[in-house]
Amino acid sequence: MSAVDWKNYEPVLIPNIADLDKIDVYIKNGGYSALKSVLTDKSKWPDPKSVINEVKDANIRGRGGAGFNAGLKWSFMPPADGGPRYLACNGDESEPGTFKDRKIFEYNPHVFIEGALIAAYAMQITTIYVYIRGEYKAYIRMMEKALQDAYDKGMIGKNIMGSDFSVDFYVTGGAGAYICGEETSMLESLEGKRGYPRVKPPFPAQKGLWGRPTTINNIETLAHVTSVINRGADWFKSIGAETHPGPILYGISGHVNRPGVYELPSGVPVLDLIHEVAGGIRNGKKLKAVIPGGSSTPVVRADSLDGITMDADSLREVGTMLGTAGMVVMDEDTDMVDMLWRITHFYHHESCGQCTPCREGTGWLEKIMLKIKNGEGEIKDLDLLLDITTQMEGRTICALADAAAWPVRHTITRFRDEFEARCKKSVHAVA
Amino acid sequence: MTYEFTKEDLDEIERIKAKFPEVKPATLPVLWVAQNRFGHVEPEVQRLVAETLGLPESHVHGVATFYTQYYKEKKGKYVLDVCTCLSCQLCGGYDILHHLEDKLGITKGETTDDGIFTLNEVECLGACGYAPMLQITNDHYVNYLTKEKVDKLIDDLKEDKLPDYEKIEMPLRKVK
Repeated sequence: MSAVDWKNYEPVLIPNIADLDKIDVYIKNGGYSALKSVLTDKSKWPDPKSVINEVKDANIRGRGGAGFNAGLKWSFMPPADGGPRYLACNGDESEPGTFKDRKIFEYNPHVFIEGALIAAYAMQITTIYVYIRGEYKAYIRMMEKALQDAYDKGMIGKNIMGSDFSVDFYVTGGAGAYICGEETSMLESLEGKRGYPRVKPPFPAQKGLWGRPTTINNIETLAHVTSVINRGADWFKSIGAETHPGPILYGISGHVNRPGVYELPSGVPVLDLIHEVAGGIRNGKKLKAVIPGGSSTPVVRADSLDGITMDADSLREVGTMLGTAGMVVMDEDTDMVDMLWRITHFYHHESCGQCTPCREGTGWLEKIMLKIKNGEGEIKDLDLLLDITTQMEGRTICALADAAAWPVRHTITRFRDEFEARCKKSVHAVA
Repeated sequence: MTYEFTKEDLDEIERIKAKFPEVKPATLPVLWVAQNRFGHVEPEVQRLVAETLGLPESHVHGVATFYTQYYKEKKGKYVLDVCTCLSCQLCGGYDILHHLEDKLGITKGETTDDGIFTLNEVECLGACGYAPMLQITNDHYVNYLTKEKVDKLIDDLKEDKLPDYEKIEMPLRKVK
């Protein structure tokens, strides 16, 4: 199905079935058959590697924001040596504008659990952790219940479905730190420490949790694994954009009539998402700008959105990214200076403080933006801001500095007239 | 004041420790157990967590101070965390925050004299489509806020009536 046909798309990740969060309903609707196939159908899945190959072929690009092929990531795990190996499922979901994985926890937790179990089998993982942000207390409880139900049904534990595959599966929570969505920071947090990102290499596949091989995947990514095993890689690749295939949970927020989470093919035209899916701009206003995939993805002006679709390649044409597909929509009355100041405040607050360019840089970005917001800025401050972004980007352990720098650079560049209008007039008048 | 875990807490702590190959990973979840029991994790409580787990107090202190959801000092009975980040900002999060400041007679970060409410401005809580919103004491989300809804919430909380979980359907989902 091409993305243009999004109106005829039938959801598979969170289908139109009532009470799917209950394990009996999930099983009655074909749930855990993908896991059963992988564990027992040796003609189809002769070994764990065959599962990795299928997932790699499907090209599930990581839905946490980085967009890396999930199966390829799995293939980086070293051969099993009899010691513990871990799968860490990233349910931290803290990028402003992103609120999609909570829908999986709430409406279809078992599609994620099943996908994680398949991933564990494929990589010969011995223990799975799902790390959920501390604010999602309600979803942590839902996940604990779903995992207990799966244990009780023999889907988790020793010799699952009579096979020689055994795995443990635990839920654990954070306590309020955006940085813990960064994969190595999440590992530190899981190990019970402050969430300081780790220097890579070594990559988690080599040295992850407690120094052992570990793979980290986003919740939605793992949920897609179940569909890929059930329906095949070719089916997955037939959905949506060719280079970024499959369904996506789009989270749409901001100034639209029907904000919310929508499951649709990748590659839906941005303007269709806003004007048709989300019911258009509220109060009959005009569209001004869009942040396509979480606060770190560069803002795009409305006048450059014609023909642009929600996939990495198309969004790159207008200098932005798909990120988490958490789209923030802004109407014509939006004050871009205020908006950007709030984003700089966020990144300053959330910088872990480990790397100087980020710890100091995010602080400067916020301070200067506050000055401009209050009408005390000068034109030269805008260029100072741009200069600071180049001194932050790519100079730190993790990508938080980049994530803080991009919105500043692109919002100022793309809406420079608004920023200049807010600055003080030059005091150097010629005598 | 001396803090002690109950038998129930200690059982819970054993269940937490069993999830991990070593004891340190229990730090975050056990700080939660402590905060749920005592309402905060002041230094005395951090010491109890450290002693219970056999970990250095400095480690527990380091963790407790890194994560914003741990209360390093006593808070009001209900902590109102108002999100003002990006989508909530765009949809009136600051109006809600300022309305609460006026209504409760405190500024953000403060606790009312009667000790019932603490008001905070917080970063994105992952409810962007349901903005503006707030969270009550690290748990209940209250979405689609209006000033009227906030007024009713305050009245309810004064009577210890916590709001029900708000189930929000995905707009295109047509459950059969």
